[in-house]
Amino acid sequence: MIFNEEFETLPREALEALQLKRLQQVVKRVYHTVGHYKRAFDEAGVTPDDINTLDDIRKLPFTIKQDLRDNYPFGLFTVPMSNIVRLHASSGTTGKPTVVGYTRRDIDTWSNLMARSFVAAGLTSNDVIHNAYGYGLFTGGLGAHYGAERLGASVIPMSGGGTKKQIMILQDFGPTAICCTPSYALYLAEQGKEMGIDMRSLRLRVGVFGAEPWSERMRQEIEDRLGIKALDIYGLSEIIGPGVAIECAEGRNGLHVFEDHFIVEIINPETGETVPHGEEGELVFTTLTKEAVPLIRYRTRDLSRLIEEPCKCGRTHIRMARISGRSDDMLIIRGVNVFPSQIESVLLSIEGLEPHYQLIVDREGTLDTLEIQVEMSEDLFSDKIKTLQDIESRITKDIKDYLGVSAKVKLVGSQTLERVEGKAQRVIDRRKL
Amino acid sequence: MKVEQISVFVENKPGRLEHVTRVLADANINIRALSLADTSDFGILRLILNDIDTAEKALQNEGFTVRRTHVVAVEVPDRPGGMHSISKALAGHNINVEYAYAFVERSGENAIIIFRFDDIDAGIQALIENGFTVLPGEKITRL
Repeated sequence: MIFNEEFETLPREALEALQLKRLQQVVKRVYHTVGHYKRAFDEAGVTPDDINTLDDIRKLPFTIKQDLRDNYPFGLFTVPMSNIVRLHASSGTTGKPTVVGYTRRDIDTWSNLMARSFVAAGLTSNDVIHNAYGYGLFTGGLGAHYGAERLGASVIPMSGGGTKKQIMILQDFGPTAICCTPSYALYLAEQGKEMGIDMRSLRLRVGVFGAEPWSERMRQEIEDRLGIKALDIYGLSEIIGPGVAIECAEGRNGLHVFEDHFIVEIINPETGETVPHGEEGELVFTTLTKEAVPLIRYRTRDLSRLIEEPCKCGRTHIRMARISGRSDDMLIIRGVNVFPSQIESVLLSIEGLEPHYQLIVDREGTLDTLEIQVEMSEDLFSDKIKTLQDIESRITKDIKDYLGVSAKVKLVGSQTLERVEGKAQRVIDRRKL
Repeated sequence: MKVEQISVFVENKPGRLEHVTRVLADANINIRALSLADTSDFGILRLILNDIDTAEKALQNEGFTVRRTHVVAVEVPDRPGGMHSISKALAGHNINVEYAYAFVERSGENAIIIFRFDDIDAGIQALIENGFTVLPGEKITRL
């Protein structure tokens, strides 16, 4: 099934003509309404008139997360706040988050894209969707919610956490589909089993999983343990939220990027050059229809490759391969984006603490764990246990408050953390997805 | 009336304690009294030594984090109720004990209790007012 058959199956030629027309419009609009783009385009010596073919997009400068940060909170908005109906935010590389706004039409577009995604995953208006993505500043919860309503499905707005309650609802309400992070799906399966519940006998038949990287091995495990069909969804708040790309139930080999709304490119993260289709590199998106905060050539730092071959589902939109990693040091821990630099700024705000730390990311059973090892310093040290434990709990609390992620803090001896050529090895990721 | 104690941060890992004691042995330091406080991740080794300056340098050279603090050493008769008489006196003066450890003198007649108070001067005063013998630092380090 296809939700928006006309646009999702547009012949390539018509699709590309539509993309070019929309690209020209959005480039013109941002150039004339957003100071940042005017400056960036002028610096690159490019004007909206230079965009005559789709390939001309390569003349435009990239937008990076730092640009959103420099224009915090609303500097990249093209419309006044009176036209904004919703704000969302995601973690920035340091203290401040990156903020996005939506006009009424943006919410409408996004709801349609999520409805398309659910239909691509094999859902219909008869499905009951258990939405365990977090509701709040994070786009996952509300994005999936609006899409489910647009489709006409019944949505259970569970949000994250409260695993026992989630399992009770899964049993009692009998949802046929679930949305959450893939690792949380595995955690639910594991906890349900521990509670003596046969998780395979639930009415669940489809899972739409995203917000963190996963693997074919994890897909197999989720499908086995929950007795469902698991599909990969991709999105990021800067671009619109979830619903930028989705795997179709028929093909299950790569995620269709909704190209009538986004232009996707893959670049070499070192040189910024566009790489040929099929080669791996960094995903770059340009939003074509977003009103409030259009982004031109936004570097996601997610690594993937494009799959050009037509898909058996009938959609003409290009596919991107499952995310294989990051071209920066961002970590995704239980679905929360965490930059080591954010942790560092929290640590350095604590008096007496020296910037010698190491992050150990691991997966215990099905859940990610983050351990922050901090070297003891003369200034922090005390002969009293309580003082040292207070430091540990203060760091744990600050990390939770600022980053929204639970960490175990461990004080270690001074000069015991590995230093590579004087530069510390900050992150050890032991997860095997 | 105060005794100087040195505390060492020790990770809960095999060989860490051995490293501390090796450094002290190599520096020809004699340990008079010690207590090891621990959590699941780390421990604090508190030591009273015959030569704290040399020990501090030796430990710091090996990369250990150390801290010097003052504690109080009190003599108490080695018999039932000995410790109780002290805690009663401290409680009476509303003195909070951070931690304490004890050892028995060579003669075996008296026990010596090391106290860490938040307010060390108030602690010493309370003990003296109640007739306890607070030992000077040299007496402990030269035991």
